[in-house]
Amino acid sequence: MNEATRVRLPIRLWAAVAALLLIAPTLMVVPLSFTSKRSFSLQLEGWSLQWYEKFFTDPQWLGALGTSLVIGVIVGVSATLLGTLAAYGLKSLRARVSGPLQVMMMLPILIPGIVAAIAIFGMYLRWNLSGSSLGLILAHITLALPFVLIPVSTAMRGLDDTLTRAASVLGARPMARFLQVELPILLPGIATGFIFAFVTSLDEVVVAYFLQSPTLRTLPVQMYSSVTRETDPSIAAASTLLLVLSTLIILIPRLVQVVNERRAAKQGDVE
Amino acid sequence: MRQSRIFSGVAVIPALAVILIFFLLPIAVIVYRSFTEPEPGLGQYVAALSDPTTLRVLGRTMLTAVVAVGACILLGYPYAYLMTLVGPTARTLLMALVLVPFWTSLMARTFAWISLLQRDGPVSAILAFFGAQDVTLLGTATGVVLAILQILLPYMILTLFTALNSIDRRQLAAAQSLGANRYRAFWQVYLPQSLPGIFASSSLVFILALGFYITPQLIGSPKEAMISQVIGLRVEKIVDFAGAGALSGILLLATLGLFAIVILGLSPLRKGISQMLSGGER
Repeated sequence: MNEATRVRLPIRLWAAVAALLLIAPTLMVVPLSFTSKRSFSLQLEGWSLQWYEKFFTDPQWLGALGTSLVIGVIVGVSATLLGTLAAYGLKSLRARVSGPLQVMMMLPILIPGIVAAIAIFGMYLRWNLSGSSLGLILAHITLALPFVLIPVSTAMRGLDDTLTRAASVLGARPMARFLQVELPILLPGIATGFIFAFVTSLDEVVVAYFLQSPTLRTLPVQMYSSVTRETDPSIAAASTLLLVLSTLIILIPRLVQVVNERRAAKQGDVE
Repeated sequence: MRQSRIFSGVAVIPALAVILIFFLLPIAVIVYRSFTEPEPGLGQYVAALSDPTTLRVLGRTMLTAVVAVGACILLGYPYAYLMTLVGPTARTLLMALVLVPFWTSLMARTFAWISLLQRDGPVSAILAFFGAQDVTLLGTATGVVLAILQILLPYMILTLFTALNSIDRRQLAAAQSLGANRYRAFWQVYLPQSLPGIFASSSLVFILALGFYITPQLIGSPKEAMISQVIGLRVEKIVDFAGAGALSGILLLATLGLFAIVILGLSPLRKGISQMLSGGER
């Protein structure tokens, strides 16, 4: 055992370096958002909430946040709906058909963002969709679909066919079978898919940048222009808010899991 | 039953239609335009591949991706390996340290890197402490690689961990009981089995690294552009969709070609490599 610990110490130190590289730049944005100086420097001379105040009073920042949240929710809901249907369909198709279809629907992950962005931008110029929120929503749905397909397909693999058969033997019609037997089992996978899709849209910069118009500017695009054009530390406030949001997104499912396990344990005690 | 099977298959259509019309069709059109505008033929590709600047950009993009992959393996493998060794609580913590940056907005992290790497910023201060005075990484290729590394490391660790976790560690004990010391057991028993995992995750990271746009745009210098930036610039500044399409075609060929190799060639390649390492004994 002693010997084992000795081997692991260098690995631990090396992993600590990796952890530092991963986490330090992420946490950096927090102190930056509370500085009183109008620059991105860490020479802290005082603390202030002014950048949060600016973020929440400036119509440009607030508007961008609103746009991002609305588009993110619409994309999240639509992609979850389409992706769940598609995962359902893929499962019932023969492997020879579903294999290529699956690869095709995964392409948005692999194809570089800039290629997708200029291609969609060029197409939308012809279709008069550039600068419209409908166009951006449709583009984001395609980018988000793979992230719904993966968790929902995984959840479907865990679906026991005998349950479905039992339901139909007992007289459940396909719709009732889906809603009452399959859906509850798939729900965690579908919820994960929704979160993935929402975050994909909320985080996407390149396509949103090329499709932007004065009235259609998402939060990442606003952050991008704020870095390139002005030195506006409101971006630090925006970054910190997004960091808190993403941390919550990771923590909440874990907390729900812990609460559920506790509850299950308690019920086990009573019975 | 057969009828319901066809009905279920139909459920694929809406998602497929959206991807075909709003994703694959635009990409097909821009690649088509690269072969037909201003006149039909390979003119755009000949122009792109005979331009020394474009070739330098392509080479630089490849080099950046290779360095990023190498650094990802160096930092990611021990981390993923450690994750397979520790108990559940420590593993959850290590996982969280990977997942929080993974889910944090790309723009937020890019902004953080800008402030970390800027002139007289924290990284300069640390380098000065170690004796390297007046080093500013913002606007350099090193800065770009650092930021790309931070973005790709979670992909590397998550895919590697899945691969490493499926290797039976009892084989190490078996090797040691047969007289191999710990290092030999690792090199000859564990590492060869983890090669397919390294190969798969490196390919993923390499493919993703080729397409970086925001990071080099904001952290790098325009003089050291990567291929994505040139594609973006072509469209933004001179509205040259055909030229941008040709460069996109080259980039797509590299990414999708590599992806095809991974899918089709993984198992023969894996066998070949593991045989090479075990000295052809197996």
